[in-house]
Amino acid sequence: MTIPSRRRLLMALPVAGAGALGLGCWKILSSMEEGGFDPRAIRTEAMRHPLPDFSLGGLPGAGEGFDTRTLSRTGEPVLVNFFASWCIPCVAEMDALRKIARFLPIWGIAYKDRPEDARRFVLRDGSPYRRIGLDPDGMTAIEWGVTGVPESFLVLPGGHIAWHASAALDARQFEEKVLPLTREAK
Amino acid sequence: MALPGAEEGHYALALACVLALAQGVLPLWGAARRRRTLLELAPALCFAQLAALLLSFACLVISAVRDDFSVENVAANSALSKPLLYKITGVWGNHEGSILLWCLILAICGGAVAWFGRGLPLVLKARVLAILGAVSTGFQLFCLLTSDPFARVWPAPADGQGMNPLLQDPGLAFHPPVLYTGYVGFAVPFAFAVAALIEGRVDAAWGRWVRPWAVTAWCFLTLGIAMGSWWSYYVLGWGGYWFWDPVENASLIPWLTGTALVHSAIVVEKRDALRIWTVLLAIATFSFSLSGTFLVRSGILNSVHAFANDPARGLFILLLLALVIGGSLLLFAWRAPSLVSGGIFAPLSREGGLVLNNILLCALCAVVVTGTMYPPFMQILTGRTLSVGKPFFDATTIPLALPLMAAMAAGVLLPWKRGQMRPLLRRLRPAAALAFLGLIGGLATCTGIIPALCAAFAIWVIAGSVTDLALRLGLGRGHGMLKQRLPHLPRAVWGSAIAHIGAGVTVLGLTGMSQAQHRIVELGIGQSVHQGALDWTLTAIRQEKGPNYRATLADLTVSRNGREIAIMHPSRRDFTAQHQVTTDVAIRTNLLRDLYAALGESHGEGKAARHVLRLHVNPLAPWIWLGGVIMALGGALSLSDRRHRFGAPRKPGGQGAGRIARSPSGTADGTGRDPEGVAS
Repeated sequence: MTIPSRRRLLMALPVAGAGALGLGCWKILSSMEEGGFDPRAIRTEAMRHPLPDFSLGGLPGAGEGFDTRTLSRTGEPVLVNFFASWCIPCVAEMDALRKIARFLPIWGIAYKDRPEDARRFVLRDGSPYRRIGLDPDGMTAIEWGVTGVPESFLVLPGGHIAWHASAALDARQFEEKVLPLTREAK
Repeated sequence: MALPGAEEGHYALALACVLALAQGVLPLWGAARRRRTLLELAPALCFAQLAALLLSFACLVISAVRDDFSVENVAANSALSKPLLYKITGVWGNHEGSILLWCLILAICGGAVAWFGRGLPLVLKARVLAILGAVSTGFQLFCLLTSDPFARVWPAPADGQGMNPLLQDPGLAFHPPVLYTGYVGFAVPFAFAVAALIEGRVDAAWGRWVRPWAVTAWCFLTLGIAMGSWWSYYVLGWGGYWFWDPVENASLIPWLTGTALVHSAIVVEKRDALRIWTVLLAIATFSFSLSGTFLVRSGILNSVHAFANDPARGLFILLLLALVIGGSLLLFAWRAPSLVSGGIFAPLSREGGLVLNNILLCALCAVVVTGTMYPPFMQILTGRTLSVGKPFFDATTIPLALPLMAAMAAGVLLPWKRGQMRPLLRRLRPAAALAFLGLIGGLATCTGIIPALCAAFAIWVIAGSVTDLALRLGLGRGHGMLKQRLPHLPRAVWGSAIAHIGAGVTVLGLTGMSQAQHRIVELGIGQSVHQGALDWTLTAIRQEKGPNYRATLADLTVSRNGREIAIMHPSRRDFTAQHQVTTDVAIRTNLLRDLYAALGESHGEGKAARHVLRLHVNPLAPWIWLGGVIMALGGALSLSDRRHRFGAPRKPGGQGAGRIARSPSGTADGTGRDPEGVAS
């Protein structure tokens, strides 16, 4: 019995569709490994917008606080890093932050943390932060659109957010993504 | 050491993997070469594989119960202070353990086919078991190579890191096994479909063998989804029950195609039609189950259900999916065109109704797949991030769900093969009248026309099912008729009517929930607020200590017109080991509406302290899950029908392969309509 080719084509549709989906997923996976795709990247539209309004008290003995004005009036790019002493990835991120601090000032924001816990956490192996603001109720984090800690924002002079990562930073990411942007700004 | 530990578990898993490989290869070879011994080996290999996996799983449970923190998985997910129940259920609360559970359930399904399928033809059974074995091999390899639950850690920590407190809940403890049984259960219809493609034959008998497995898996999936949704309702404390989260969608997608499969398999069984379509649905349902469970773990989909994301693991999964799904669909493209299409029927008939049901269910499925996969695909294609949420799904699913419900009531009242409009309309008259009343009631109580329409259609579905039962029982035609028919009405008929009623109940619940009123208030002690025609008074705030947490409890008195109707205790738990705070929602239900209160943060000290409370009045909320349970019960009831029992011997004479006994008397086997009023 010969089978009309239309029928054959029809029956091959599912495998073609699944193949296309599979190919897409493979592409996503491979770009995830290269760091080009982040499923948790959210709200990139918030970038290049002016800074949100906030004012944070400092952490005595570890760094003074800051607000929208001080942050937007620095003459150099600043990396704003949301962290918390209770957050495990933040511990892991500390090493990278200390290295990054040699190239770029980092201002920390302690998210939903007790001052004494935050102080102990920051000072344990040497603080990477130039300034530290306390955000005990997480209201500033909401203004910034933070979905969890750690999260980092690159703020250029004039107070524009140029880059955002909703995960722990590492040296490679910093060199590839952040450093070129800071050079551009200078 | 008397009890087996992690090494024994690891060894047993490797052994199971080898046995599964043998189970996947030898029977297929035997079928190709006509070697009877190899065919007969399949069940034995299947039981051996199951025994090895049971041992392996037991070893992991033992390690967890004995607090053996030298096992990495136990150290990362358990702690000394964790209650025993959660030490056991925590075994499947993490990636590695849940994969092992997944493999175990797959092996149990294989064992069930080997055990209950004794009436199956030898070659078909061997092929089905072989395909299940091949799938098992792949996933056990995945477990062994990329997510070994038995890996040791040295030096062993003194205490574990503890489990996510949100998961320490009895509802969630049993949600994964039930849900996984649903997912994995669809492997059996899948294996039947692939075996039929290899054999090149699909017939009514095939439909009769597949359907009980599909219904079983469907019942578990329905229950699993209902449990998950209930958990998010009473644990997360947001007052919602479904968030269109990728992981939730991943369970809804196979449920939709699985529902279509359960229905189209009836057509194959009774009328020998829709054969190719049913085979495709069987493949698609399992493919969606697989993709759902595994894509979530690869990290492609952004979800609140955090599993450790690992792209390397994702690549292995994708390869495995490509083999299983791609392989079966290629086989389908190659073999399905040569399958002959079966019986013909008029558009207005039971079959026609079921085809419409299939089309609408698959359209719904396509919508949900699109909504779920669109964000990552758009991001990779255009580099822009976007999120797809409730507005999209509301706008797209409701217009498809309404005609689906309209067809549900009409379909069950239609005869097979060819129906007529006039008798159908006459039968639908009571349902239409009730639905109209529902519409008026809905318009009076709900805001907006869509909730009122949903309520009307839900009542229409329920009334249609009741009409169907009443007609079959000959209600209103004398006591004698009822007495004569009641004992003979097949359980499958009861089952399907009950499942449809369950669906109607769920839709009523969803409609009620869409009318929920909620408010977030800040109260000091002794203050009260008026919300949803009730007065809510915060009388006290207390501290309590639990086994591994500190709790802050609120005493909330709810009264109507000064008469106290409930005292509720919403609380907040601070799990010290994990630095995590969970809300413990207080729910007071009278089955028609839920009072729902969650305690938030507190500000200030002493008498000036103010406490944030989230207060809801949710009409008909429990019906959402009640409907799910009724649906699953309906499915279970139809399973218990003698004709669907897995091992039921074939009727002598009548139902040979490729043929179907068309009983002229209809009602005797429950397949046709009662003769009166239908010209057939």
